[in-house]
Amino acid sequence: MPHVTLPRIGTASAWRDAARGFLAAGVPPEEITWGDTTTAPGLFDDPAPAPRAARITVPRSFITMADTVVWHSDPERFARLYAFLWRLHRTPHLMTDRGDAELARLRRMEKNVRRCQHKMKAFVRFREIGQPGDPRRSFAAWFEPTHHTTEPTAAFFARRFGDMNWRILTPDISAVFENGKLHFERDHPRPDLPDDASELLWITYFRSIFNPARLKVQAMQSEMPKKYWKNLPEAAAIPDLISGAESRARAMALAAPTSPPKRTAAIKAQQAGLKSSWDDG
Amino acid sequence: MRTYTEHMTRQTLEQKLAILSDAAKYDASCASSGTAKRDSRAGKSLGSSEGSGICHAYAPDGRCISLLKILMTNFCIYDCSYCINRVSSNVPRARFSVEEVVRLTIEFYRRNYIEGLFLSSGIIRSPDATMSDMVQIARRLRQQENFRGYIHLKTIPDAAPELIEEAGLLADRLSINVELPTDAAVKQHAPEKSPAQIRRAMADVRQRKEAARDRSHSGKRPPRFAPAGQSTQMIIGADGSTDATVLGQSTRLYSNYRLKRVYYSAFSPIPDASARLPLISPPLQREHRLYQADWLLRFYGFNVAEITGHHPDGNLDLDIDPKLAWALAHRAQFPVDVNRGQREMLLRVPGFGTKTVSRILSTRRHRTLRYDDLARMGAQMKKARAFITAKDWSPGDLTDSAGLRARFAPPPEQLNLF
Repeated sequence: MPHVTLPRIGTASAWRDAARGFLAAGVPPEEITWGDTTTAPGLFDDPAPAPRAARITVPRSFITMADTVVWHSDPERFARLYAFLWRLHRTPHLMTDRGDAELARLRRMEKNVRRCQHKMKAFVRFREIGQPGDPRRSFAAWFEPTHHTTEPTAAFFARRFGDMNWRILTPDISAVFENGKLHFERDHPRPDLPDDASELLWITYFRSIFNPARLKVQAMQSEMPKKYWKNLPEAAAIPDLISGAESRARAMALAAPTSPPKRTAAIKAQQAGLKSSWDDG
Repeated sequence: MRTYTEHMTRQTLEQKLAILSDAAKYDASCASSGTAKRDSRAGKSLGSSEGSGICHAYAPDGRCISLLKILMTNFCIYDCSYCINRVSSNVPRARFSVEEVVRLTIEFYRRNYIEGLFLSSGIIRSPDATMSDMVQIARRLRQQENFRGYIHLKTIPDAAPELIEEAGLLADRLSINVELPTDAAVKQHAPEKSPAQIRRAMADVRQRKEAARDRSHSGKRPPRFAPAGQSTQMIIGADGSTDATVLGQSTRLYSNYRLKRVYYSAFSPIPDASARLPLISPPLQREHRLYQADWLLRFYGFNVAEITGHHPDGNLDLDIDPKLAWALAHRAQFPVDVNRGQREMLLRVPGFGTKTVSRILSTRRHRTLRYDDLARMGAQMKKARAFITAKDWSPGDLTDSAGLRARFAPPPEQLNLF
């Protein structure tokens, strides 16, 4: 049985090329096995002969979905996409059928990847690694994504942090942006990043913006799951904020009203004399 | 003896940040979405905005942290009783320099902590002087730091029109708080603020935004004005207004000033509270129901009378969501056939969101829908099942059963006898 091994960098276009070729050659899904470089082919699998690329028309909405689903961590993702593509080729309106069980599953996988990308955009935390006087400032982060999201998300960081050098290192694929050029590396070891003074200010901000009278731990955790906490500097403050919240809220409620500071009357008099420029005309 | 100013300069940046973010947390908005598309891929600037905002962290109060939300200063010459920063309060005071706010914003942004800045301020010296400092911060960020991230400026309604104009050209969003649901409540709790002036300033922002959309005779487009629109905030529970009053006010605000959002902020205990406003625990559930009702007004084709009309006291049901409450009070209009029902009526089915409804409409062009299809389309069937029919589903007597409400409402709490 032909076995297709897809590369870890450039997976999306490699899958598309292979799928296009197999579909044009009329190879049904049950006659191919798929994997990436981490999955071993089965006993009866042969490396697939590269099928000739051919023109195939499928709805654009499928391409968009497939380009996302290929980054899912499910080892079956390539096979599922091809099996659906096989059906889609014969039933063109299948993409609009939101009740179809296989499409619903692929859409769910697409959603998982998009959420993982979104959380990556949110939770990467850079530390400065450059030297004062460097022509461009340099930053680095260690991040642990759930799916293979580094490659499809890197362009976002390139659009956002265009004037600095940065690298996002992960146990999977790492993204490196230097002097405006983006490239990917495999199997980067976890770095030891230097302390960054701004991180203390960020934690101060996180602690102060929290309102102890509105404690809603579940709401926080559903959006910022614990699996991300170990790489978020501010997360270390959370247990302390939660345990102190109730007594802080009670203290505010019980505090007796104080009398206004001495300057109050003078300031109020000054305020009463102010004119607004809206009153001129 | 040290003067007051000398005392102030001895505060570290960290101390100021602690005071001035603590003072800013009562503003509910942290939105950073829906502005103009920008990026820095060319390498000459910093930052981007791509439509949807990003919450970079969540505090244990469940609120999104998207922006560096701070006050420029918490010194204030006004005396609003609900506000932690009122002149008569004894909270510690601090003031950032322009440079400090710019540095904090840029350094936080470069480390991917935030989408941008939400700057607000107590009124110092005069409304014009305060607004002018805020505008200077935004100008420095845009022009000197080439910052392309998000900026939200809280506008001071009494500030001069030319300052509001410059603010709108630099910022993505402007907001002016109406503070409380009625003019009488504003008069009572925020004596220095004028509801009429607040409305005048909101109308001014709307008019400038619309003017910036028109091309001139030469076809040139003027610079965009507050591309993410204007918003406002109302404090809930500090005065006696009913939900019907609150939502009526929101409806007027949305239509008169084309607001992007009205935020509802449950009045929350503050340090050094005023004796005029006794502290209660914040009505969070009420706040939640108001947001749900607000969504029904904007995206589901409901009007205020429909949402609050069947509640004799003018307040929303706290136990069940307002759409479910409406459906339970109008059972004669259900069940709706998902294979034939109009869009308007499908939107009124409890458990159906706008996305589910558009999926139903596109799929039923090709085939007849069954119960399981709906679950796959994202419908909450536990709620929806009593109100719909599908090819293989009919709710039977469920729609009109006496116990239907009890299936959704939390069980009554044991009465406390003492």
